[in-house]
Amino acid sequence: MTLLNNDQVVPRLEVRNICKSFGSLKANDHISFRVLPGEVHCLLGENGAGKTTVMNIVYGLYRADEGQIFLDGRPIVIRSPHEAIALGIGMVHQHFMLVPTLTVAENIILGTRPLFFSRSSLLTNTWEIEQEVKSIAERYSLKINPSALVSSLSVGEQQRVEIVKALYRGVRLLILDEPTAVLTPQETLELFDTLRILVREGLSVIFISHKLNEIMAIGDRVTILRDGKVVGEKLVCQTNTQELAELMVGREVKLTVEKKPASPGEEVLVVKDLNIEDHGVKTLRGVSFSVRSGEIVGIAGVDGNGQRELALALAGMIKPSAGTIKLCGMDLIGKSPAQIFRAGVCHIPEDRQKMGLVMDFSVAENFVLKKFSSRPFVRHGLLHPKEIFSYASRLTKEFDVRTPSVKKTVDKLSGGNQQKIVLGREIDQKPKLLIAMQPTRGLDVGATEYIHQQLLAQRDRGAAILLISTELEEVMALSDRILVMYEGQIVGETLAERSNVEQIGLWMAGVRA
Amino acid sequence: MLKILKIGTSWQNLWQSEEFRSDVRHELWRNIVVPVLAIIFALGVGALILSATGYNVVKAYGALWQGVFGSKVNVGEAFLRSTPLILIGTGIALAFRCGFWNIGAEGQFYAGAAAGTYVALTFANLPPWAGIPIALLVGFFTGAIWGALAGLLKVKFCLNEVVTTIMLNYIAIGLVGYLVTGPMQEAMRENPQTDEIVRSFVIGRIFPTSRVHYGFIIAVVVAIIATIVLFRTPLGYSMRAVGYNPDAAKHAGINVASSMATAAFLSGGTAGLAGAIEVLGVTGRLFENLSPGYGFEGIAVSLLVNNHPLATIVSGLLFGALGAGSQVMQLNAKVPAVLTFIIQGLIIAFIISFRYLDKNPSGK
Repeated sequence: MTLLNNDQVVPRLEVRNICKSFGSLKANDHISFRVLPGEVHCLLGENGAGKTTVMNIVYGLYRADEGQIFLDGRPIVIRSPHEAIALGIGMVHQHFMLVPTLTVAENIILGTRPLFFSRSSLLTNTWEIEQEVKSIAERYSLKINPSALVSSLSVGEQQRVEIVKALYRGVRLLILDEPTAVLTPQETLELFDTLRILVREGLSVIFISHKLNEIMAIGDRVTILRDGKVVGEKLVCQTNTQELAELMVGREVKLTVEKKPASPGEEVLVVKDLNIEDHGVKTLRGVSFSVRSGEIVGIAGVDGNGQRELALALAGMIKPSAGTIKLCGMDLIGKSPAQIFRAGVCHIPEDRQKMGLVMDFSVAENFVLKKFSSRPFVRHGLLHPKEIFSYASRLTKEFDVRTPSVKKTVDKLSGGNQQKIVLGREIDQKPKLLIAMQPTRGLDVGATEYIHQQLLAQRDRGAAILLISTELEEVMALSDRILVMYEGQIVGETLAERSNVEQIGLWMAGVRA
Repeated sequence: MLKILKIGTSWQNLWQSEEFRSDVRHELWRNIVVPVLAIIFALGVGALILSATGYNVVKAYGALWQGVFGSKVNVGEAFLRSTPLILIGTGIALAFRCGFWNIGAEGQFYAGAAAGTYVALTFANLPPWAGIPIALLVGFFTGAIWGALAGLLKVKFCLNEVVTTIMLNYIAIGLVGYLVTGPMQEAMRENPQTDEIVRSFVIGRIFPTSRVHYGFIIAVVVAIIATIVLFRTPLGYSMRAVGYNPDAAKHAGINVASSMATAAFLSGGTAGLAGAIEVLGVTGRLFENLSPGYGFEGIAVSLLVNNHPLATIVSGLLFGALGAGSQVMQLNAKVPAVLTFIIQGLIIAFIISFRYLDKNPSGK
């Protein structure tokens, strides 16, 4: 800790006055910070604050418009990730860059030596390579099997491969971009243990996150970014989550969701023994549950355990292979998305840009996406722009969508405003059942608060709400009942007030109740 | 924006809003500056090619200009040539807006031309007020079915429409070759062509001094109707939604398959109509090589104006003028008419590059 306050130490990395603009958007505005050897330096900020941009500059993916980068006190210019790696800078992206059909060892040495015509070629000495990988993994006590195929590994293990890959290339500065987004709580703790070992060995780690608890748990020092600028730098041991949240958002925030106790009514959605098969892969295996009116049922689980398929089946986008879905007694299987919508099921899809919105359509056109062909929006076979605009203006106000005009295409709006359009469009139907999948993914704190309040308001109005999220905190804060999905099955159920993180974490990792 | 006006904000205030100005600037840039720049750049590169191959640039472009604006007849030729281009471009615009990559306008054009000729030859004693509309309608529907075939193959069997429409081109062209040497060959049996259609089926000329006929008016009307369909009807809304984002459209309850099949149908229909009009208005009979590649030029016509059906009138006229002018250029300046194909290709290449730069300003 004494090291951290010492200005005499040459920083491992120093960025000085980095600026980067995309068109008129200033993604980075004179960003400066220093990362010391042997520390975990956190970059905290909301989506769009410029964290990833500055790291992509350091990693050579973007060129800065202005500013300098120093590595161990020497000014450097990084033109490509290749050069970054050669200088000892490694980055683990949110989406792993691994070849699933190759083994762990092959993935690790990929690109470091010629494939053919050489004594050190990849094809000739597999055993030697595996030993090398093994020794690195052991040195940092990373559990990894060098001869396993990457496709057979869990997400947490794949992340470990990425880290070993960086270590194999001799990095001294490791950048992790939102590394916990894909992990269970237990896997997160394992990752933190690994990071502690790395910094003890003298490496520097840059940990990009917007999760305050994680920063408090693993960080030594934190730099807070907002709107492309550095708004603060703190020693983690001298700050708290409330202060960090306020720096990050720029105003006072409530970190907890306030909600009244639920008063559930009758069962609105009853799912029995639902199975889904996709190209011979069973993505959903015998899922049964129900959601009552006036309650929020949360489905927790690591991404890719069948939640997506469940939501799509409920919305009529894919056809289950077996089982029943009943809405207030009416069978929904085999009905088209339009029929299910009219029956009172609204769906906030996981990916608003891919499924929720037509990005090249205007705000107004998106608001009527599900009912443009009915009165009053159509008259005498022609669309009625006046009606469409006045309807859209009403919803724009009601749901606080910040847009200069309802004629603006939605790709010009922020993620939060886009999500408000989806939410508004669905909620305005006064649905019997609202399926919300990852409703706050990628949103800033303000928009997240807003969406949460709206979901609770719908619950209090008497809607049945199915909340599917990989953010455990969100599920625990909003839900009245929590289900946990693992490999296409529901492996655990608990009432929210009696839930505890450890238990849910175990379920998420597949340990049966 | 209109709404803001109504609340009483004056134009001046509106103009002071940076948001509005950037909107206007962007629309101007995208819809006017980019195409004009692309044309200038293309002509520039064309000039380089001309001088590199030893032609006199000034003389060649002068002849091209003369070819378009030199006389009333020449201007009429430009309008004449633009007629099928506007019709086909309009259809392509509809299909492309729906994400249906119709490369088959050439085949649909031939299908419509053959059907129109058949009607004109078989029902020769119909009066003009009945005969011409029937021949055109039959041409439209035959082309539409030719297009819908590829549409159905796509939505039913997921067959890539780029491949199927190209294949259907060969089939249609081959069929016409068979028809004009077999069942529909002229009575004299000398040339691979049909008999000339009777006078009552010939579409009248607008001006006595020029070959341009009322088909041009039909093309303009079709472009206007297509614009209304695309932007003012639920069908057009569905088609655009499907084109931009089929997942979101499906999620919103839009029938993606039927929207796409309809787009294919309408797109084929306008190309078929163009074929029938070409026979009834210009050639008077069906033969092989009826089209100098209208079906493919129509794609360029549509792309030049970002697939906006109304604007295909302008781009159709431009390409029609280039095509007509190049004939004169070939005669007077001895520059091969294919130069215009090079220029047309360059225009599209520049347009696409500019739009790419527009979307990715940093080049990343």
